[in-house]
Amino acid sequence: MKIAVDPAACDGFGFCAGILAGLVSLDEWGFPLLSQASVPDELRAAARQAVKCCPRRALLLSEDRRLTEDRPRRRRRAA
Amino acid sequence: MSQIDLWYASRATGIVALVLLTATIVLGILVAGRAPSARPGFARSELHRRVSSVAVAFVALHVLTAVLDSYAHIGWWATVVPFTSSYHRAWVALGTIGVDLLLAVAISSALRRRIPARAWRALHWLAYLSWPVAISHTLGLGPDTRFSWALVLVGGCSAAIAGAALWRGASTARARAARPRTIQPPRPSLRPTKVASS
Amino acid sequence: MTVLATTLHPGRLLGPEGAGGRPDLARHLATHGPLPAAELWGPNGRQWLLHEVQRSGLTGRGGAGFPTHLKLRTVYRDGAGYRDGARPTLIVNAMEGEPASAKDRALVGGAPHLVLDGADIVAAVLGASRILICVADDRRTMAAQLAEALAQRASGVPAQTAAHVDRTIVTLPGRYTAGEESALVASASGRPGVPAFRPDKSRPLTLGRRPVLVHNAETLANVALIARYGADWFRQLGAVEAPGTCLATVSGDVERAGVFEVETGTPISQIIGLAGELGTTQAVLVGGYGGSWLPAAGAATAYAPAALRRVGATMGAGVLVVLRAGACGLRETARIARFMAAESAGQCGPCLFGLPALADDLELLADGAASPDLWGRIVSRSALVTGRGACRHPDGVARLVSSALDVFAVDGHAHARGRPCPASHAPTVLQFSRPVDSGQGRR
Repeated sequence: MKIAVDPAACDGFGFCAGILAGLVSLDEWGFPLLSQASVPDELRAAARQAVKCCPRRALLLSEDRRLTEDRPRRRRRAA
Repeated sequence: MSQIDLWYASRATGIVALVLLTATIVLGILVAGRAPSARPGFARSELHRRVSSVAVAFVALHVLTAVLDSYAHIGWWATVVPFTSSYHRAWVALGTIGVDLLLAVAISSALRRRIPARAWRALHWLAYLSWPVAISHTLGLGPDTRFSWALVLVGGCSAAIAGAALWRGASTARARAARPRTIQPPRPSLRPTKVASS
Repeated sequence: MTVLATTLHPGRLLGPEGAGGRPDLARHLATHGPLPAAELWGPNGRQWLLHEVQRSGLTGRGGAGFPTHLKLRTVYRDGAGYRDGARPTLIVNAMEGEPASAKDRALVGGAPHLVLDGADIVAAVLGASRILICVADDRRTMAAQLAEALAQRASGVPAQTAAHVDRTIVTLPGRYTAGEESALVASASGRPGVPAFRPDKSRPLTLGRRPVLVHNAETLANVALIARYGADWFRQLGAVEAPGTCLATVSGDVERAGVFEVETGTPISQIIGLAGELGTTQAVLVGGYGGSWLPAAGAATAYAPAALRRVGATMGAGVLVVLRAGACGLRETARIARFMAAESAGQCGPCLFGLPALADDLELLADGAASPDLWGRIVSRSALVTGRGACRHPDGVARLVSSALDVFAVDGHAHARGRPCPASHAPTVLQFSRPVDSGQGRR
């Protein structure tokens, strides 16, 4: 299972770092840093939970086809 | 269940639903506004979700008991179609509108992954509208509002929502000011200008 | 910079007059002759041209240097091609978002018909129904020149294809990131012109569900030459792995800043020599504001992808900025970082917040504000912004900064100890599309 962040969608809420502490840490500006691209088996459930929890749907899993699709920005988010 | 029990149950579940709805909205504001917290942010987000489920459950109970109670003649139709109840048409209609709004929010959230993000966002913002609707419904209809405890409760809920909304406005303004300035305007002109064609 | 264009290779991209003059279809046809109609519009024309482009070894001139025939093949469909209603769009990228580059201007001024020929040819190969020529909105001359050239062709050039092709010139806000492929496609579909996150780059971009291909104007002009003179002719000049000629914009501490058409593989020192170095050269910025610095010794490097890669540089947008001895490379780098920070599309946190932080740090370094952890912070922040955006904008800045710390290391260590060089407040020799003040990142 591969995991990735859509950097354009990510707004730095940091929920993923709370749920997937072993895989995701936050940089000095609050944005996610993945320690590796593949999800260890024991973290699979937590990864799915983190994906569901992200307010901007910015966390992508390879089992979710969205990881391989382009994600056009429909509109600018307000600052 | 006797008629009197249903009548009181309806009033009680209504009050509880109002408090839970208030808590849901305040939690949602804190999540969206990223209020600092000792616990991780996703915990508050989960709490918001769970409280909203309980709130919806109490709204459902409130509606059910109100319809089953024959003292106030509120037909089943009036649960979702406003202005069709013969009992206090306008005030019940407000309640009906509130239910409709909550249904929209609840269903869109259940289908969150399947609908476009923009649609979900727009529908979720309807939750803000559900609150003044619910308050007016309570004040106009609830016979309990002649009691001071009820008024204190309603006042407390209003203060909580108002406070949270003001806090959110200020925090958004602060975040906007702290955001590094780029030359991209917030809403760049979308249409490219056509110069010539053949 | 006034666009003086010089070619060492007449008969290639730029004519003897360089970039001057107005679009002239008659002169274009007199110089290059008509397109080989028999081959191009014949039964196997599309495959023939694709094969010629492949044999020629043409690589993209927009910055990525990707083999053009491979790019064409991502959208090319054999046999009957696309059915009506699904036909692709070709976008001509003439945005020239790189402030230190003037090559798109030079090309459109000097050889607009070559660019439009190339666009017509590629559109025919792909079976495209539409050509969109994208120009920055502050480059009115370019837009006017292209419009005039289009008008000349409406009557002068024989019908290229059986099916009708719409050709439209559009102007877009000329931001640095706006010329990125997915940003252009977004603009063309009415969405904000910011790069898209593309986890899978092998899938072609789409415009309203139809495939779209973006090509730089210079690449298309080369396609037009290959169609006429053939792949063998094309390969007569230039480096083996990236043949032909290319347009390099030389600026900075030189006598005659301008655009020079040179064959790939020419040593950089020779190219900047054409512009006339002022004094001794200390370093050269290669590629663009997201490129890298080369020390004076690096100027001996051949201006070709493989040779440049060995010294940690790329051809990029064909930019060469000369910095003379005594100038402060750190200050110039700090200015570039500040400019690039403000040009962020603002979508991705590491870029939006990281680039101004890097610019702050570089300004401190240029000022000579001594701080024990400043150097380490610049290094770690450069690493922190790399690979974490939807596009390569922050990566370019990180690469530029790393190369600056390397090339200007001696200066850098003096600066970091509180002894900035005397030129650290000298005026810039760099081109920017708008004034760059320090501290613009934060209020």
